[in-house]
Amino acid sequence: MWNYTDKVKEHFFNPKNAGALDEANAVGEVGSITCGDALKLMMKVNPDNQVIEDAKFQTFGCGSAIASSSALTEMIIGKTVDEALAVTNRDIAEYLGGLPPEKMHCSVMGAEALRAAIANFKGEEWVDDHEEGELVCKCFGIDAAMIERAVTVNSLTTLEEVTHYTKAGGSCQTCHEKIEEVLEAVLAKTGALAPPKPHAPGTVGLDAIKPLAPKAEAAPAKLTNVQRMQKIMFAIEELRPQIQRDGGDVELVDIDGKDIYVRLTGACSGCSQSAGTMMGVQAKLVEALGEFVRVKPASLLPVGA
Amino acid sequence: MTAQGIYLDNNATTRVDPDVLAEMLPLFTEQFGNPSSMHGFGAAVGGKIEWARKQVQALLGAAHDSEIVFTSGGTESDNTAILSTLEAYPKKKSIVTSVVEHPAVLALCDYLEKKRGYTVHRIGVDNRGNLDLDAYKAALGPDVAIVSIMWANNETGTIFPIEELAQLAKAVGAVFHTDAVQAVGKIPMTLATSAVDMLSLSGHKLHAPKGIGALYVKRGLRFRPMLRGGHQERSRRAGTENAPGIVGLGAAAQLALMHMTDENTRVKSLRDKLEQAILAAVPNCFVTGNPANRLPNTCNVAFEYIEGEAILLLLNEAGIAASSGSACTSGSLEPSHVMRAMGVPYTAAHGATRFSLSRETTEEEIDRVIAVVPGIIAKLRSLSPYWSQAGAPKEFAPVYS
Repeated sequence: MWNYTDKVKEHFFNPKNAGALDEANAVGEVGSITCGDALKLMMKVNPDNQVIEDAKFQTFGCGSAIASSSALTEMIIGKTVDEALAVTNRDIAEYLGGLPPEKMHCSVMGAEALRAAIANFKGEEWVDDHEEGELVCKCFGIDAAMIERAVTVNSLTTLEEVTHYTKAGGSCQTCHEKIEEVLEAVLAKTGALAPPKPHAPGTVGLDAIKPLAPKAEAAPAKLTNVQRMQKIMFAIEELRPQIQRDGGDVELVDIDGKDIYVRLTGACSGCSQSAGTMMGVQAKLVEALGEFVRVKPASLLPVGA
Repeated sequence: MTAQGIYLDNNATTRVDPDVLAEMLPLFTEQFGNPSSMHGFGAAVGGKIEWARKQVQALLGAAHDSEIVFTSGGTESDNTAILSTLEAYPKKKSIVTSVVEHPAVLALCDYLEKKRGYTVHRIGVDNRGNLDLDAYKAALGPDVAIVSIMWANNETGTIFPIEELAQLAKAVGAVFHTDAVQAVGKIPMTLATSAVDMLSLSGHKLHAPKGIGALYVKRGLRFRPMLRGGHQERSRRAGTENAPGIVGLGAAAQLALMHMTDENTRVKSLRDKLEQAILAAVPNCFVTGNPANRLPNTCNVAFEYIEGEAILLLLNEAGIAASSGSACTSGSLEPSHVMRAMGVPYTAAHGATRFSLSRETTEEEIDRVIAVVPGIIAKLRSLSPYWSQAGAPKEFAPVYS
């Protein structure tokens, strides 16, 4: 049996504001019977001052789903619509003294229903909001936007956490890759890194282990023109035996700053792979010089040069 | 009713019978010897183990007591049966099982399929949980090493036609194993004249302790042990015997045989009373599985438009312990694989609730459950957006549904 807090039990056994609200002017319906979780949030909002004067819910779901719904209504009554919009699923979970990780999706459902109800009050089509993101988990009908919100609000960093919070990926698991993409995109956007995990006293956590600093290398001295030319010639001489084995040859023709002109002869000159050979020469020269250079065929030498 | 309340979750586990416990206790104190030892301490225990073996033999109606191998429980028995057969018949690369098996069989088959290249035929069931016999026959062939089909389903209690299935398997030269963890002690068995080659049972489902079980291995069957080591259990299951557990299982088997009639008369009629009262008092619910052919102690009722964990929490608050095929109770997110395999609609699968009785269940307890259940269901439905005051489901179409 789940280890529910007393507050969760209190809201489950004696839910506050359960039932239909006939005079509701803001209704949010989320979830599905397939998921095993669905919530209809009904609010009566004063159109003049935007204050939520009453809220009721109907929930199909487990103990924590019902408790989360009950808690949500208690939290938002008396708030203005804009104040209510600031309520996150994390706030709902905290209000309840915490939920088991596997049940966090119940609090997410509450936050989603609230957004849907407020959109309904404002005359917005909330479903459009949902469609801005791609449907990621087809089993539970969870889209990218919902995953993004859950990841952002709760600082989620792993696929497993996303599943606990949204249910996405909890069934056939074919969407795991997509979920990871969404997760990575959010983490990249927020710059969030995995929070350091606490480690046992007296031990060093993995996060505390830093990679060894690379050996400090003396800044390369600038080459003279002659030294540079020698390096290029030496590198080409090193390459030649390999090219000759293929029945061809390579010859240095000219050096013009970053442009280095070579001539391929023999089998290499008409070979369909000659572009590849040129690339190989270029790579070798870049490596030898430690700077970026462009290797071009001698035929491209500027006229008059 | 025990001090903790009304316990109707006997398919999960049972209370150790006080007589079973009494048989076990000396094994912890005076008779603590290792049965493999040559001295008197060991010999006394060895004799008790052989006594227990005979009790299990009698419960199963097996021809020889040497056909009983004591194990740590149902999972070990299931794993041993399947792995032993695959090793004994290395050229055969197919396994036949059903979609509603216990994870002890399903997870092993998944592993064998993914990692060891076996072909696994998982036979489906109809909406009453009855095995698709045509699919079963079609799956049988010379490449099938082992058929492993449960005798009775743990969630619905639906009983499979084991003898017929075993004979069909034998006809193609396959070994037939049955996970009979839920069936043993509840329905009579005569393995001596049966085509069943191997059978798994678990002690804690029949008022013996947890951590003890047995595998029936028909005499003459090719066998390869899973646990290798000492020569215990005729070298078929190495490891020092769990002597107290084995003696407990023996005593439990003896009691089960004695109470078999009670199970099929009094317990069954209590189950039926509970079920009929619930069906009469609560709208929009139905019995899952095959009501005409199932274990006498099990009833699984699917309550539409509400969710199982919420039902269990309210039942628990009322002092009643039951179980649910709901996803939320298990930490997984989908309703039970058994409910899904039967095609129980999601509107009801999430609200499937299992009441499993035992010989300790009293009429007074059942009356109490009958009195409490309708109110619990009504309360949760009053919270459900799918339910209206009028009773019939109303229109409710949430986004991302």
